[in-house]
Amino acid sequence: MYVAVKGGEAAIHNAHRLLADRRRGDRSVPALRLDQIVEQLALGVDRVMSEGSLYDRELAALAIVQARGDMIEAIFLVRAYRTTLPRFGYTKAIDTGAMLVERRVSATYKDLPGGQLLGPTFDYTHRLLDPELAAGGDIAEPLRRESEAEAMPRVSAILAREGLIEPDGDMPQDHVPGDITREPLEFPMARDIRLQALSRGDEGFLLALGYSTQRGYARNHPFVGEVRIGEVELEIDVPELPFAVPLGSVRVTECQMVNQFKGSAKAPPQFTRGYGLVFGQNERKAMAMALCDRALRASELGEDVVAAAQDEEFVISHSDNVQATGFVEHLKLPHYVDFQAELDLVRRMRAEYEARENPAKVEEKREAAE
Amino acid sequence: MRGQEARDQAERKALMATLAQSSGDDIARLWSEAGLPSEAELLRGPETGLVTVRGRIGGGGAPFNVGEATVTRATVRLPSGQVGHCYTLGRDKRKARLAAIADALWQEPVHREAVETRLVAPLRAALVEARDRRRAETAATKVDFFTMVRGED
Repeated sequence: MYVAVKGGEAAIHNAHRLLADRRRGDRSVPALRLDQIVEQLALGVDRVMSEGSLYDRELAALAIVQARGDMIEAIFLVRAYRTTLPRFGYTKAIDTGAMLVERRVSATYKDLPGGQLLGPTFDYTHRLLDPELAAGGDIAEPLRRESEAEAMPRVSAILAREGLIEPDGDMPQDHVPGDITREPLEFPMARDIRLQALSRGDEGFLLALGYSTQRGYARNHPFVGEVRIGEVELEIDVPELPFAVPLGSVRVTECQMVNQFKGSAKAPPQFTRGYGLVFGQNERKAMAMALCDRALRASELGEDVVAAAQDEEFVISHSDNVQATGFVEHLKLPHYVDFQAELDLVRRMRAEYEARENPAKVEEKREAAE
Repeated sequence: MRGQEARDQAERKALMATLAQSSGDDIARLWSEAGLPSEAELLRGPETGLVTVRGRIGGGGAPFNVGEATVTRATVRLPSGQVGHCYTLGRDKRKARLAAIADALWQEPVHREAVETRLVAPLRAALVEARDRRRAETAATKVDFFTMVRGED
């Protein structure tokens, strides 16, 4: 017999009210404004946009406040919000070569057109906590250097001239880009679909997998051909206008990973590539994505699949932190009936076990009970 | 396409790009300063939805979907019957409506001059200034390599 049990309505209501209070915290401390989060916690906002898979700074900032700074909860909120909006269409593919570059470095070429631009980076800082920030002093304006606007071709284009690197990834002529927000995941999957999943994948998960490839689990000899961060313009074709409509700009981070490859039955010795492209400024994520993209191309390049990072189904099925947290966290919800059933089962198995292992003792027990 | 038509389309696209890049507050401020007419019938929206942003594998290869972005669009009709459109990133409905009216006004010869000089020109100047400043700030972080001469020569 199954008996439905209800309850907890008042407890839930009061818990949410308590959450709102704790979220606000000490009322004598000024409440955060969204523009403060957008401006001063910008990289947190970028992470929520990237993994929430929605480019909208104010919404990401709202999600961060609402989630009390819990990034995965914030990402969950953004994903949920996305589903409430109609879709107007697909943009034309962005041109990262035409980016208004804010940072661009290459670990493979010292001198390259456009140069090495460090931009606003944590690199080369000493990672010492700064008490002056806590005191809230004035911050100096950045320096400027007037220079001619210089073209900044992607580093991959430079390497391509020698013919020692594979071209940008092509798909068959009639291939329509897959969309994981429209169709369920199917394995094996094409590289375009994999990249979509990786771009919204969990930073920590992809970082760990990328790291594992460097430590020898699917070693693939990576170099950062280039990391670039900056704004790119978006355009979309719409039926009511005879030209592609400009929508404005978004900031993205792109990583071109270049990997030495000794050749296989399927491909000659050359440099192969992994690609990373994420919303906002997040080169750690873009680099990890590029490492994973390259590792996941093992079958395509005729490499043995021996490590977790090369296992497409493993990586892609577990890269989404909203799905992951949903399944892990659901374990704390009431499982009273399931557990009762398991409890009965374990009691019965234990009784059978004891009867088998120690018949005399069971007999004794029974007699004592009588 | 004839030359004039192509030029008009390029200019209209540039207008839309400027409006899309500018903030709603700047557009509204210049609008009232310029005294542009804002009377228009809304044919669609303003409504907020999503566009899926596409990138290319390796930067220049086959397209793939990166993620979504919020976009607000509006279509308006002026009392004269002229129709204007706007699509812009974000969720600013007032901005989308004004930008659609600007597009409609721009298409009317009597208003084009005012839209260009009193709205678009100052917006464009501010955008160019912001872009140049950003470029100069980035340029100041460019690495100048130099060679250390070692040993005796």
